[in-house]
Amino acid sequence: MTTSRREFFETAGRSACALGALGLGIAALAPESQGAAPVALRPPGARDGDRFLAACARCGLCVRACPYDTLRLARMTDDAPAGTPIYVARDVPCEMCPDIPCVGACPTGALDKSLADIAKARMGSAVLVSPETCLNVRGLRCDVCYRVCPLIEKAIALEAQHNAGTGRHVRFVPVVHAEACTGCGKCEKACVLDQAAIKVLPLALAAAKAGAHDVYGHRARTS
Amino acid sequence: MNEIRRAAPERFPGPASIAARGWLAAHRWLLLRRAAQLAFLGLFLSGPLFGLWIARGTLASSLTFDLLPLTDPLFALQSLLARHWPETTALIGAGIVFAGYAATRGRLYCSWVCPINLIADLALWLRRRLGWKKSLRLERATRYWLLGGILLAAALTGTIVWEQINPVTLVHRGLVFGGAALIGAAFAVAVAIFLFDLGVADRGWCGHLCPVGAFYGLIGAKGALAVALPRREACDECLDCFAVCPEPQVIGPVLRAPAEAGRLIRDGDCTACGRCIDVCHQSVFAFGGRT
Repeated sequence: MTTSRREFFETAGRSACALGALGLGIAALAPESQGAAPVALRPPGARDGDRFLAACARCGLCVRACPYDTLRLARMTDDAPAGTPIYVARDVPCEMCPDIPCVGACPTGALDKSLADIAKARMGSAVLVSPETCLNVRGLRCDVCYRVCPLIEKAIALEAQHNAGTGRHVRFVPVVHAEACTGCGKCEKACVLDQAAIKVLPLALAAAKAGAHDVYGHRARTS
Repeated sequence: MNEIRRAAPERFPGPASIAARGWLAAHRWLLLRRAAQLAFLGLFLSGPLFGLWIARGTLASSLTFDLLPLTDPLFALQSLLARHWPETTALIGAGIVFAGYAATRGRLYCSWVCPINLIADLALWLRRRLGWKKSLRLERATRYWLLGGILLAAALTGTIVWEQINPVTLVHRGLVFGGAALIGAAFAVAVAIFLFDLGVADRGWCGHLCPVGAFYGLIGAKGALAVALPRREACDECLDCFAVCPEPQVIGPVLRAPAEAGRLIRDGDCTACGRCIDVCHQSVFAFGGRT
């Protein structure tokens, strides 16, 4: 059987169309294509966004390695691709094991083995999302989020401020220092309110960035 | 014998073999295969159920006895196409799995390990019992297009999109990790495949669509294990093997070929499930090896 040039080009062209249609169709299933910003917290050492989803086998070996049952595999209803490892700080926060067993168990490198010091992990950042309900901001001495912080004084510090409400007292306002916070979530877990006033958010949501044109006069003077 | 290939199976396969050779001989490979499928699942389940850890992880990537890493080579390939170079553990695991199936028969994975096989077999059994003949016509090659599609999608998005919907790992993950929501999703996928195979397309998912099976068919087409036809002359054209085979197109050419052409089913699509061996009342088939 001979194939004419016309037939050959038709077959090749139709094949390319079929492959392209299938590839693009399947690509549309990618979580990023659906415009969903991931809000779930990832294990320590997790690579960023797409890079994580290029590496994670969703095998759950990190979940099996976690001694505190912090990690679990995402369900269809979670804000992360189903089957990928996440944790919910208010349920079970990360206990920041010094030997980081979850990272050691990852076979694919979705969790980066170059993370040797758990204090350098950046799973997210705590944010005082609801200052008006925080007991400390309201002038009481709750201090729980500060006391449970594994990096107390570095990641959360209490800042003394004048209490304008009474005019004569001090408020000790919990202030998160994002450059030290690992996002372990012990503060969110421990917050005594019915719904936590301090929550851990993924860095993509928690982080802010100063404008490139900003000038800080006091720094300019001191340098 | 040209009509064998096209003729629809006229009867439920099995009773003739049971009558001729006894129930056990007519179910030998089926029983062994079910035992193997449950054993592979048991390796993963003994830990979460009884605290006896043998294999951790899922079929995508696992660690057995804290020593043996196994990784799905199709997963590793998608990861590479998504421009992530996996850790050595995953690469070694993928190499072991690849070598194992390449040396034997790639689609052994489909009929002896994959949990979806239980669902597909059940749907096929019920289809034959009900005598349903109508089927959506799918090309066997569709799975290769889907395989190309998932690889292209990995390269385009830089993520392993297929793992979002892969029924094989979805069902296995649900079974192994439990939890109502994970099991719920696994159950929904399993029922969907069952209904598709039963009512829409004869041998639809595993035989025509599954890109995982297509991949394993490609890597293991030259392996040592194959179904042989040592008693081909005894065939009385009852068609039971065609009715029971998940890939019936692989039987015809060998059954019809002249004697000197060899008696092995070499086609990579053959899953070496052994149902043809069980179901043939003339004992035409047997497991054989390449020499």
